[in-house]
Amino acid sequence: MSYRGNILVIDDEQVILNAVKKICSAENYYVEESPDAKDALNKLGKKKFDLVLCDIMMPEIDGFKFLDEIHSKKIESPVIMTTGYSTVENAVTSLYKGAIDFIPKPFTADELLTSLSRGIKYLEIQNNIKESERFNRNSTLLYVPCPSKYYRLGYATWVSLETKGTAIIGITDLFLKTIESVSDIQFMKLDEEIIQGISCLQIICTDGQMHQVIATVSGRIIEINEELVNNKTIVEKDPYFKGWLYRIIPNDIDYELKHLTPCSSDRI
Amino acid sequence: MSNKIGFKLILAVGLTAIIIIGVFAFFNIQRQSNALLAEVERHANQLSETVISSTRYDMLLNQRERIDKTITSIGKQQGIRSVRILNKQGEIIYSSQKDDVGKMVDKKTESCYACHAANRPLERLAINQRTRIYRTKKDTSRILGIITPIYNEQSCWEADCHAHAKDKTILGVLDVTTSLAEADNEIKRGEVEIVIFALAAIVALSFIIGSLVKKWIDKPVNELLKATDQVGVGNLNYTIKEKSNDELGKLASSFNIMTQKLSEARLQLFQSDKLASLGRLAAGVAHEINNPLTGVLTYSSFLLKRTQDNPELQEDLKVIVRETKRSREIVKSLLDFARQSVPKKNNLEINEIIEQAISVVENQLTINHVKLEKNLDKTIPQIIADSNQIQQVFINLLVNANDAIGKNGGTITVSTSSLSLSPYGIVHIKGAVCPKRHDLIDSEFKIEGLPSIKLKAKFNGREEVIHLDPVYGRRAHKYLKEIDVNKKINILCPQCSISMVEENSKCPKCGSPLFSIPVPNESNFEACTRVGCDFQRWESVDEAGKRDFIEINISDTGCGIPKDEIPRIFEPFFSTKGQKGTGLGLAVIWGIIDNHNGTIKVESELNKGTTFIIRLPIKQK
Repeated sequence: MSYRGNILVIDDEQVILNAVKKICSAENYYVEESPDAKDALNKLGKKKFDLVLCDIMMPEIDGFKFLDEIHSKKIESPVIMTTGYSTVENAVTSLYKGAIDFIPKPFTADELLTSLSRGIKYLEIQNNIKESERFNRNSTLLYVPCPSKYYRLGYATWVSLETKGTAIIGITDLFLKTIESVSDIQFMKLDEEIIQGISCLQIICTDGQMHQVIATVSGRIIEINEELVNNKTIVEKDPYFKGWLYRIIPNDIDYELKHLTPCSSDRI
Repeated sequence: MSNKIGFKLILAVGLTAIIIIGVFAFFNIQRQSNALLAEVERHANQLSETVISSTRYDMLLNQRERIDKTITSIGKQQGIRSVRILNKQGEIIYSSQKDDVGKMVDKKTESCYACHAANRPLERLAINQRTRIYRTKKDTSRILGIITPIYNEQSCWEADCHAHAKDKTILGVLDVTTSLAEADNEIKRGEVEIVIFALAAIVALSFIIGSLVKKWIDKPVNELLKATDQVGVGNLNYTIKEKSNDELGKLASSFNIMTQKLSEARLQLFQSDKLASLGRLAAGVAHEINNPLTGVLTYSSFLLKRTQDNPELQEDLKVIVRETKRSREIVKSLLDFARQSVPKKNNLEINEIIEQAISVVENQLTINHVKLEKNLDKTIPQIIADSNQIQQVFINLLVNANDAIGKNGGTITVSTSSLSLSPYGIVHIKGAVCPKRHDLIDSEFKIEGLPSIKLKAKFNGREEVIHLDPVYGRRAHKYLKEIDVNKKINILCPQCSISMVEENSKCPKCGSPLFSIPVPNESNFEACTRVGCDFQRWESVDEAGKRDFIEINISDTGCGIPKDEIPRIFEPFFSTKGQKGTGLGLAVIWGIIDNHNGTIKVESELNKGTTFIIRLPIKQK
């Protein structure tokens, strides 16, 4: 396998740094470690990293401040957040502050690797966009952005509010572009409750990887897209309309919208 | 000793007795000695009259020797000190004591003063003005002297001796003195007797009061004191057993009730406090444990990936990964518990939630041969609750019931029903206004935590602010000053002084007029203007009927819970399942029901089964 990218891991626990280094090195990533955010910001100033894996609970500068810092310093490396205190709030705040993914601790090697592979893919797409902008090649559309009336959580999932108080949620095209072809989808059951920031769906890809899809908003599932259940490829063909996942009755949409990004802001 | 209430009472009663008996004794002694003296006086007077009349003929015949003999012999009688006859000039002519004869008596001395005040003898004097009591020396007994004038009579001036002229009124005086020694002794004896009686009465009274105080006050008060000491050091299970039927007995009863309530409240507080601190602990633990768990899980799962050609190692590694994942779930449940966020409430059908919970555990029940009986009341209304949390409650309870039954099979019964409790004393009057729509709610002045209704009361030409209890039917009103309970007061708006009294309406209880406060979206709240009358009426609330609750019973025929464990089952980390449970299940349930303003209680009998009773409020206005 060829070299896949360089990663900066930030954690105040040496055992985690060691474990991540070991796992990633075996998968042909180059890994550098930082014991705290200050050191990491130093390293990021000197060198470009493809991905950053960052803990939230750290002394002095915590994960959220770190996200603010790299945003203000215009460091473009995508950040994946992780924490032992994996609450819904932490997950949602991370994604809202610009992290591309959130892995609750403790995680398995596979959980880490699927997230990293999506991250690398995401970076590739972002780089391609920049390149095409540089050469003014607007003709090639790398992914279809969300319709402007939708809201998204991170870059992965969207929600569309319906007039009768219900909402439908789905996966963004960008997320689908970061994974291999869908081979199976594991849905939740009707009437079950989904919670913002917590996995509500598993996508199994042709390469055998299993990806967790994080729910955009909380609510009770009142309908599952039957068409999608019968034909899994619809989601890839039409992720924003025919490929929706669940219709839900949101619990507290006004509060949760605060952590969502309006898709209209994506089209400048 | 002097601080004891019994001693103080005895002291008070003793002092009162001393004063009363003392005054009584004083007047009694006074009266007795006066009577005695009067008797002596009368006796002396009689004696004087006797002397005069027995010497009369001797005087007329001028038989001086006979007179002298008579006086001497009378003067020798017991108790008589001296008998003297004085002439007008004050010269002692006859005396039982021979030395005195021929002596002059000074008319200005006190014994003579009554008659000779104006230097001229008066003719007639009352007996008490003629007597005198004196002592010759300090330590001798008292002496009573009585002077009797000897008047001039026809026979005197016509007598042969011609000693007295016709124009004289008084010829001389007879002075008899008697010793009061015997009378004084009598008086003294009386005094001693009365003092002895008084002392005996005081001692007896104090003794009786003392023993009664000990029985009626000391013992129950000491018992109360002991109980308060026990409660003071934290023993809230202490109860007062011996109770009389007086006020102290009632005090003991209410003390028992108070400690019982206190103990319940403490348990509740303890529970909440424990849950809160456990929440903080869990959050800390979750973070601290998750880091090392990450180490274990990443390394083991990594090894699992790398050793796919070694099936023997794979088996072992799978165990490590599986068990670490299990730890992850336990920590996650700890975190879920720690958060116990504010419930996200929606309208929901409780029966539906129960059916869903049943469908989750159904397989498990079938394996254990557990029969499930449902008595779901299809007519119960929807409630507002967090369906997720409520479902978790039922799943946990069903799993517990299944565990309690074990492998031998049994029955779980789930039933739902609705019940009503009266609105009187429960419903809060919100947003009261005056007929001109001035806000009457006073958030500054709260009654039992709720903003009161501020009104102006007018009576006797006086105006007074009163605060009405905002809970319908509770009547914990607050007045600035005490108002007579029979007073009818005029109720005014404190802002515009519009009267809210409806003269036409009459209180069905006492006939006084009612006052009426408009409440937005409800009918007017009415109450009686007589301060002591408890009549209140709120038609729309009364019509809406009682406050409704849904009651859910989940009972099993399992092993039951020992009585001493029942109070602890809702405590975090209390588990009877040993390795199988975390001990958080029921604590979480308790928290969820509490968050929904509901109640949960348990009834259990060992080896017969357990019933959990949950009450949740149905949507309130």
